[in-house]
Amino acid sequence: MTEITKKTILEIKEGLKKRDFSALEVTKAFISASEKNKNLNIYNTFTPEKALESSKISQQRIDRGEERLLDGIPIAIKDLFCTKDILTTASSKILSNFIPSYESTVTQKLWDAGALMLGKVSCDEFAMGSSNETSCFGNVINPWSKRNGKNLSPGGSSGGSSSVVSSGSALAATGTDTGGSIRQPVAFCGVTGIKPSYGRCSRWGIVAFASSLDQAGPITKTVSDSALMLNVMSGFDDKDSTSADLDVPDFTQTCNDFKLDKVKIGIPKEYQIDGMSPEIVKLWQQGSEWLKDRGAEIVEVSLPHTKYALPTYYVIAPAEASSNLARYDGVRYGLRNSQDNLDELYAYSRGEGFGYEVQRRILIGTYVLSAGYYDAYYRKAQRVRNLIIQDFQKAFDKVDVLLTPTTPTAAFELGSQLDPISMYMNDVFTVPASLAGLPAMSVPSGLSEDGLPLGLQIIGNQFDENSVLKIAANLENQASFPFLN
Amino acid sequence: MEKFLINGENDNFEIVVGLEIHAQVNSQAKLFSGSSTKFGSKPNENVSLVDAAMPGMLPVINKHCIKQAVKSGLGLRAKINKFSIFDRKNYFYADLPQGYQISQYSDPIVGEGNVEINFPDGTKKNIGIERLHLEQDAGKSLHDQHPSKSYIDLNRSGVALMEIVSKPDITSPDEAGAFIKKIRSILRFLDTCDGNMEQGSLRCDVNVSVRRAGEPLGTRCEIKNLNSVRFVMMAIVSEAKRQVEEIENGNEIIQETRLFDSDKLETRPMRSKENAHDYRYFPDPDLMPLELTDDFISNIKSSLPLLPDEIRVKLVNDFGLSDYDASVISEEKETSDYFFIATEGKDGKLVSNWLTTELFGSLNKNSLSINNSPIKPKQLGELVGFISDGTISGRIAKDIFAEMFETGSDASSIIDEKGLKQNSNSEDIIKMIDNVINNNQDKVNEYKGGKDKLFGFFVGQVMKDSGGKANPKMVNEILKAKLN
Repeated sequence: MTEITKKTILEIKEGLKKRDFSALEVTKAFISASEKNKNLNIYNTFTPEKALESSKISQQRIDRGEERLLDGIPIAIKDLFCTKDILTTASSKILSNFIPSYESTVTQKLWDAGALMLGKVSCDEFAMGSSNETSCFGNVINPWSKRNGKNLSPGGSSGGSSSVVSSGSALAATGTDTGGSIRQPVAFCGVTGIKPSYGRCSRWGIVAFASSLDQAGPITKTVSDSALMLNVMSGFDDKDSTSADLDVPDFTQTCNDFKLDKVKIGIPKEYQIDGMSPEIVKLWQQGSEWLKDRGAEIVEVSLPHTKYALPTYYVIAPAEASSNLARYDGVRYGLRNSQDNLDELYAYSRGEGFGYEVQRRILIGTYVLSAGYYDAYYRKAQRVRNLIIQDFQKAFDKVDVLLTPTTPTAAFELGSQLDPISMYMNDVFTVPASLAGLPAMSVPSGLSEDGLPLGLQIIGNQFDENSVLKIAANLENQASFPFLN
Repeated sequence: MEKFLINGENDNFEIVVGLEIHAQVNSQAKLFSGSSTKFGSKPNENVSLVDAAMPGMLPVINKHCIKQAVKSGLGLRAKINKFSIFDRKNYFYADLPQGYQISQYSDPIVGEGNVEINFPDGTKKNIGIERLHLEQDAGKSLHDQHPSKSYIDLNRSGVALMEIVSKPDITSPDEAGAFIKKIRSILRFLDTCDGNMEQGSLRCDVNVSVRRAGEPLGTRCEIKNLNSVRFVMMAIVSEAKRQVEEIENGNEIIQETRLFDSDKLETRPMRSKENAHDYRYFPDPDLMPLELTDDFISNIKSSLPLLPDEIRVKLVNDFGLSDYDASVISEEKETSDYFFIATEGKDGKLVSNWLTTELFGSLNKNSLSINNSPIKPKQLGELVGFISDGTISGRIAKDIFAEMFETGSDASSIIDEKGLKQNSNSEDIIKMIDNVINNNQDKVNEYKGGKDKLFGFFVGQVMKDSGGKANPKMVNEILKAKLN
């Protein structure tokens, strides 16, 4: 029998049902894996006692034959989701003492389905970053580092969530994706993750970065596991005015459909960019071949405004962030640097509480919304955003999904990307789908020459997660990716 | 109305005024959260996670507040915008938990409209409405509770306000006063704002500029946060005088925000820091644009109550009231409600007279509002009915009224108890008249000799003999017949 921590959610569910092991054994296995991997600096807050306690309740339900969808499944939560009575920091000093009195909608749904919480995992501060290095608790280390002897970044912002799954420390984790924060780190860490359509998962109780872009999603080893997690995490929430009032289909239903006759895959030509590593180009072609083998038709499509996506994103996201983060002022909760007057209270609390990258984005956002600059930046960015949306709409008139690389390179070394612009380039393939609110998924599909994971991205039409999952499952099936755990 | 002018050293100046009225929406819950809006709660008692801007909290629009805004817009004869947007107005203050106020900037829910204001001399004027939009109120900072600390009360944080902006059509303090009263009255009839200025449910910002006759518009200054009609009128005069002085001294008016000091009767600029806001408005990404269906609007339209202007016309046309009485009665919802109950099946004009003279007089003397009137509308109606059908005379009615006001008793029971019923029996009256004539033969002769004025004396004598109960009309008629 394979080690428990090498199994998928579906396999664990099966084993629990067949009494191969108990929920307690499963929980203990992941707790000890988490402890063994302490050097990766994944957890902001580790809650083994909580997981152990809940595992007993799960076991009782399993014994009664009344198990819920995720009973006995230990998972980790990105430290951006508010969890009742448990420290929620967004990896920021300004929230380093914040204990919410409420539970986010998405995590509540997971607990209601029987999932067990191992703890809160690290991310870039307020999800702003692509390397996990902006966390006030220090970076997470990519578990693949041991493969090539270098200290690699897990990517970001959901670096902790990707590493915790990749290292076999949890069966799944929640992530959030604003411009690629699920897809880029899962590609770097050799695991799977989906950013569903904007509005699919409630944002209520998730610390906001950029409201028009933020979307929660699952990070798992396999496509089917992601589909299962997404089944639980999705759904309309009347507490989130931007959540979609739509029925949630069974996302697992297309994950075993390996016939791709009549399926059209679009290859956007604008994603061939300078500076992309040859091994990524090769993998991309390989992905097309795999899908063609299964009967899909490969079509070149054009998304002409792609090159404007990154600058557009880096106007809109900071603009919203500058306003969303205004509430962290030291007045009601969080870090407070007491001063004699209000302006200084703000300046010292925020100056001390926010890291450099967050401060940079607040400044950019404040600038692009300022009188005299609004039209040139924010308004123009909104117009370009509409053009990007239209690009996708036209493409989806012709094809079912789009296939692209997830990132232009494999995981880079920690501390190697000092220039913010080159850091932002990590998001070049993921940002367009975010701006258009489309579902997009990354599947680990091969290894670089250095033996590091590479991901392929599937982008689907709005609320058509099922097509995305189906193509992802086919890639996964053919890639036979060598998971670390 | 006579034109209002500020007399400077050399020239006379006209004033141009635009008003922004912040009216708290009548609603149990706040604009984007379920918290209560109850006035007078303990500090921070009505604060939800959303109101305190906890991490990850999101606003959800309160549909009732949308209805109230549409209703108000219809009452202001304004265009209802089927598409509107909520924007964030960004600024830092300790009682603004989100660091921004959710408001409407480029696309408000209500567009242009107009209201008519009326003056005691019977003149009218139309004042244009620029827009009405919905926004959140901020919390309250208390700086006087501790020597070095400020306290924050977030009970008001997130309460729904309607900001009603007038066009710069107002040219005198009286017009400004009449405009605010009219808006207040319309909102109260619609039940969309309680109009209570002492509790802060209605607050005003005033934009004032001055110009010599025929000149283009001058630079305006905004005077913020005026919480009574009187202060608005006083602030306008003070500010206009200041501007005239500046201009005549050769200075330019600087566009700025000022505060009114009601003790010193002057306006002074706010700290320049408070002026320097760049609010960085942008559409709130947590809220979808607001789209209203035709059905939604027409449902509200069909359930609108009668408004003051319509009531005034009805009072003139259907009840024969004077224009002025009609506007007095239609100004306040409580007064017009009182009138309509009192006048059921009664002579409207007579009810109006008793309401606006006797009842208003007594209420004023006792500092009572019409809601607390000891005489209920049905009771006043009964009293007026007794006058109309001749049961009592007008003079007796005044005594009865006074007793009703004091004790709250019905007119009928006072009449029965004291036997005050008017005597309209012609035999009784003839007997009394004959008596008076017989006893005053000398006066009769004088009268017949041409001293017409003595007629009143005879009437008075008869009334006195009857204890005031003789029907005065009959006394007059019979006396006249007997003496001539």
